Amino acid sequence: MSPKTLYDKIWDAHLAHEAEDGTCLLYIDRHLVHEVTSPQAFEGLRMANRTVRAPDKTIAVPDHNVPTTPDRVKGIENPESRIQVEALDKNAEDFGIHYYPVNDVRQGIVHIVGPEQGWTLPGMTVVCGDSHTATHGAFGALAHGIGTSEVEHVLATQTLIQRKGKNMKVEITGTLAPGVTAKDITLSVIGATGTAGGTGHVIEYCGEAIRALSMEGRMTVCNMAIEGGARAGLIAPDEVTYEYIKGRPHAPKGAQWEAALNWWKTLYSDDDAHWDKVVTLKGEEIAPVVTWGTSPEDVLPINAEVPDPSSFAGGKVDAVRRALDYMGLKPGQKLSEVEIDTVFIGSCTNGRIEDLRAAAEILKGKKIAVKRAMIVPGSGLVRAQAEEEGLADIFKEAGFEWRLAGCSMCLAMNPDQLSPGERCAATSNRNFEGRQGRGGRTHLMSPAMAAAAAVTGRLTDIREMM
Amino acid sequence: MEKFEKLSGIAAPLPLINVDTDMIIPKQFLKTIKRSGLGVNLFDEMRYDDDGREIPDFVLNKPQYRDAQILVAGDNFGCGSSREHAPWAIKDFGIRCVIAPSYADIFYNNCFKNGILPIALPQDQVDVLMKEAEKGANARIEVDLEAQTVSTSEGQVFSFEVDAFKKHCLLEGLDDIGLTLAKADAIDSFEARAAQERPWV
Repeated sequence: MSPKTLYDKIWDAHLAHEAEDGTCLLYIDRHLVHEVTSPQAFEGLRMANRTVRAPDKTIAVPDHNVPTTPDRVKGIENPESRIQVEALDKNAEDFGIHYYPVNDVRQGIVHIVGPEQGWTLPGMTVVCGDSHTATHGAFGALAHGIGTSEVEHVLATQTLIQRKGKNMKVEITGTLAPGVTAKDITLSVIGATGTAGGTGHVIEYCGEAIRALSMEGRMTVCNMAIEGGARAGLIAPDEVTYEYIKGRPHAPKGAQWEAALNWWKTLYSDDDAHWDKVVTLKGEEIAPVVTWGTSPEDVLPINAEVPDPSSFAGGKVDAVRRALDYMGLKPGQKLSEVEIDTVFIGSCTNGRIEDLRAAAEILKGKKIAVKRAMIVPGSGLVRAQAEEEGLADIFKEAGFEWRLAGCSMCLAMNPDQLSPGERCAATSNRNFEGRQGRGGRTHLMSPAMAAAAAVTGRLTDIREMM
Repeated sequence: MEKFEKLSGIAAPLPLINVDTDMIIPKQFLKTIKRSGLGVNLFDEMRYDDDGREIPDFVLNKPQYRDAQILVAGDNFGCGSSREHAPWAIKDFGIRCVIAPSYADIFYNNCFKNGILPIALPQDQVDVLMKEAEKGANARIEVDLEAQTVSTSEGQVFSFEVDAFKKHCLLEGLDDIGLTLAKADAIDSFEARAAQERPWV
């Protein structure tokens, strides 16, 4: 048999039909659904008198536009947001799919809830009407975002019409220096490949530095595969993966666990598998990084300076000029001297317990030096655990707002938004113009770096605080 | 789905790279539970000021581009989120075809589900079409999906590639779900086999 990559193996195991022209039907094991990209899909089913083919493989949770202030238990004030969440309540009930309603303690960001509840398992195909579905690739699952028409297609048929993508290997060798995290890895990869570097490819992250990451860290890395242009990013499962999964509510148990484990252990790329593209970064050379522009590829080590537009080529010259104007930055300005108004810690990129622990370690006994700072846990269970571990007290004493779970200021669909010109240190995934609110200026970074910025009031090299 | 066969129309030039889906349709317009009505908010933050007034310099606000049916743009168009609201807004505005050197995968796919043809051409050909587009109403661009060509008013013809299945669906206006449900037997037998091999799923 010819050697295969992990992606090849998962693809082959889910091929339900292949037409003569190469168009494939890929079977979907888990379909995650949220309130923003699903109402039109359910409406489409109703209009065509169709049902959900596999309700037991379909899991829904509202996350994008739910408020994260404690008063949300009394109901959602914004009428449009309320209608969307109520539509999901009704669709979940009408079509009989698994559901975590807004006031369930298990509610949270769909990409945090899936793994937390054991829905996401190695070797699965996972889709969701959200580009950060790539997160689930951390388990060695083929996971990617889809549009609403495809959401409807998966609801109706449990398959997707697909053509196979190319294989791209991203290897991070060696070990990370102190203060360098999974977020710095994933941002540095995008910095090296550009936001279109992975287009048409599925990325497999590998190498010693990736193996050394926890599941939380691996999810952070895969989460941003899409920011590098790849619909999916994945990491071969290992003991760290199995340990994380074991005992979760929807993980296999008993004899099924053993059977699953046997199969999961075959899920790796063969030594001589073919790669269409290979990128290698040395772990030792990755620094704590921040973004300075309006594209995730605009990333530099924290001790660098804002670049000059003329140092770029092609369409990027104008793009950088526009970005610096939008960001209110000057070429040559030291990144570590850029003052911050606001800090946002949360999102499907960095809203897990380990992220909160990293932030708490910096914030312990300190006070914020910014106008506002908020921590939005990725799920109700993450929030509960952080309270149990005493992290919530550290955040509150430092001056952070301690919120309920949701996507919040990552995309600012709920009331958590930046004002024009407001500058934010954020642990989320996109620094696009207007992403966190019209005119808002976003700098992406790790949770520890965001916490450090909160304490000093400027972008800060975490290594100075260690 | 609305068919796409041929199109002859005015092309609006948007010479920016990495046009992301947040630019195409900002998040505040994702709260709708419908697919229609988003055209007025296409490129909202570039198109209107803080008070909701049109910014005259923005291409789609210029008189000659208000009825544009084609958009010519830079590399990596449609990057960012999976929101299908982006192609819904483009279509609702009246644009049926985008021409750029490259696209983000999810956006590219979403276009075909909505009767929009995204055409990828080499940078030098996009540059020619960008210059054509800058002539406004004086230069119509013709797109022929069957022949897979884009033609300028000066007679230059560029060929483009498109997946045969996607082309077929767009030419005929076919509904994907109906096509897949016709293969229900294949899905049934896959499901039965998978239930044996991976019962824990």
